[in-house]
Amino acid sequence: MNAIEMRHVSFAYGSAKNGPTAKKALDDISLAVESGGITGLIGHTGSGKSTLVQMINGLLKPDEGEVLLDGVNIWAEPKKIRQFRFKAGLVMQYPEYQLFAETVAEDIAFGPKNMGLEKDELDRRVREAARFAGLADDLLQKSPFDLSGGQKRRAALAGVIAMRPKILILDEPAAGLDPAGRRDILGGIKRFSRESGTTVLIVSHSMEDMAMYCDDIIVMAHAKILMHKPTAEVFSDWEQLASVGLDVPLITRVAAALIENGVDIGRDVYTVDYAVGKVRELLGENPES
Amino acid sequence: MKSDITFGQYVEGNSVIHRLDPRVKIVISLVYIVAIFLAKSVTAFILLTVSSAVFVVMTGISPRLILRSMKPLLFIIIFTAVINLFFMTGENPVFEWRFIHIYREGIINACLIVLRIVLLITATSVFLTYTTTPLALTDALEQLLSPLKKLHVPVHEFSMMMTIALRFIPTLIDETQKIINAQTARGADFTSGGLIKRGKALVPILIPLFISAFRRADELATAMECRCYTGGEGRTRMNTLKSKPKDWVFFFCILLLTAGIVLLNIFFPLYTVLK
Ligand SMILES: Nc1ncnc2c1ncn2[C@@H]1O[C@H](COP(=O)(O)OP(=O)(O)O)[C@@H](O)[C@H]1O
Ligand SMILES: [Mg+2]
Repeated sequence: MNAIEMRHVSFAYGSAKNGPTAKKALDDISLAVESGGITGLIGHTGSGKSTLVQMINGLLKPDEGEVLLDGVNIWAEPKKIRQFRFKAGLVMQYPEYQLFAETVAEDIAFGPKNMGLEKDELDRRVREAARFAGLADDLLQKSPFDLSGGQKRRAALAGVIAMRPKILILDEPAAGLDPAGRRDILGGIKRFSRESGTTVLIVSHSMEDMAMYCDDIIVMAHAKILMHKPTAEVFSDWEQLASVGLDVPLITRVAAALIENGVDIGRDVYTVDYAVGKVRELLGENPES
Repeated sequence: MKSDITFGQYVEGNSVIHRLDPRVKIVISLVYIVAIFLAKSVTAFILLTVSSAVFVVMTGISPRLILRSMKPLLFIIIFTAVINLFFMTGENPVFEWRFIHIYREGIINACLIVLRIVLLITATSVFLTYTTTPLALTDALEQLLSPLKKLHVPVHEFSMMMTIALRFIPTLIDETQKIINAQTARGADFTSGGLIKRGKALVPILIPLFISAFRRADELATAMECRCYTGGEGRTRMNTLKSKPKDWVFFFCILLLTAGIVLLNIFFPLYTVLK
C-alpha cells in the first residue's frame, strides 16, 4: 500500500485565494509514495514544496482533493487530525528555532508526551531518538540554547523521531549546514530509515544530496508535479530539469559533456563512484583494479 | 489556524487626502474631532455628516470599508444608544409601558450620539488610518512633537522605537505562525482543556518567540551601531516633509467648518438636547 497518496490536491493561501492575483500554491497534485523508501522532493524556490509537505500531516487542508496516509483519508474526521500528525512526523525548515524546553531531553520528549506516553517509555524514546539523530548522551541534560547550530538541528530532528512516526518528512534538513554537517544529518536519516523501515520524504535544493540518499525523486515546478521517477531516470532527463531552473549533479553534467563529445558513458550517471566505474569500463580497464 | 493578517489598515491610494502632509493630517483630525464634540444642534450634525461624506468620497475608499472599521465598536455604539434611549427623561413621552418610559428627547439624543461616534470613527479612518501609512504617521508625530526636545523629552528615540516596532510586527507575526506550525506538528494542542492547560500550551510558542525577538533586536542594534547610529542629534532625513499650499487650504477649510458648527449651534439650535 502507498504510505502517502494525494489525489487531485489543490490549494491557495488565504491572501492569494480570491481576487485578480489569485495564485495556487498547489495545482491539481496527484502522487503516490511507497512504504519504506527515501523519496526526494525538489523544485525551485516557491514551487510549493513546503506547502505540499504541510498537507501530508494536516497542517494545511486542501481546498480540493484528498490526502491519504496508508489508504486512510486524513480529513475524513477533522477532529482526529492529531493522530496523523504523530503518524507523519514533520521537521520544518530551520527547526532549531522551535526548541523551548529547559533541557534537550525535555524538548525531545515534547512530542511523545503529547501522545500521552509516560515516564519509562518517554525515557526510552528520548534515548533512541537522540542516538538516531547523532546526539551524544551528555548533551541531553544541557539547555538546548547552549548547543551549536548543528546540534540544535539534530535535537529538533530527534524531537520528531521520538514520536516514532511511520512517515518522516524533512523540509530542507541540511539547509545552511557545512558539508560535514550535511553528511552527518542526512546519513543519520538514511540509517534511521533503513533500520526502522520508516518512509522518508526529504525536501532539498541540493541535487548532490538527493542523488546520494534518495531512491526516487519528485520534481515540482510552478505548483505542479513535473515528474516522479527513480533517481537515475530523473537526472538522465537533464534538459527538462534545466527548463524549470534546476540543476543536475556536477558529475551528471560531466557525463552530459562527454556524451556531447561522442563518449557514450550513458545518461544514468549521478554518483562519482558509478561514473569512475563506467569510465574505467570504457577505457577497457578491469573495474576491480 | 491560518489567518490573514494585514498589518494596519492603510489602503493604497493617490487621492488628495492621501497626498496631504501627514503632519497637517494629524492636526486636521484633531481639529475635526473637536468640531464633532462641539456640535450640539441637529443642523450642526447635518453639516458634519455632509462634510464627512465629502471627505470619504474624496479618498476614493469604498464606504463599505469604512463601515467595516466600525464593527469592533458595534457593541459600544449599541450600548450607548440603548442607555440614552431608556434613561433620558424629557417632556414629550412617546411610549410608556410599566417601568419603561421613552421620550422624544431620548430618541433624538440616542441618534445624535450614535451619529457622533460614527463621525469620529469616519474622521480618524479618513484622515489617519486609511490614508496614511503608520510610518508616515510616526515621522509626522516626531516632527510635531520636536519642540518637546527642548524639555529633554526623547522624542526622536520614541519615534525610532515606534518605527522599528512597526517594521517588525509583520516579521514577528510570520515567525509566530511558523512556531505554532512546528509545535502543532509535534502534537501540541492549543484548543482544548481548561484555562491553565491552555496557558501552559502557550509556553512552547512564547519561549522560542521571545528568544528570536531578542536575537533580532541584538542583530539590529549591532547593524545600527556598525553604521554609526548615535541617536537624533544632527540626524538628517531622506524624506523631509514640506507642507504645500493645498495643505494650508485644507487646514483652512476645516477651521471654517469648525466655525460653522459653532455658528449653527448658536443660530439654529434645533433640538439641542445633548448634555
Ligand atoms: N504563509 C503563506 N502565506 C501566503 N503565501 C504563501 C505562504 N507560504 C508560501 N506562500 C506562497 O506559496 C507558494 C509556494 O511556497 P512554498 O510552498 O513555501 O514553496 P517552496 O517551499 O517550494 O519554496 C509561493 O508562491 C509562496 O509565496
Ligand atoms: Mg520551502
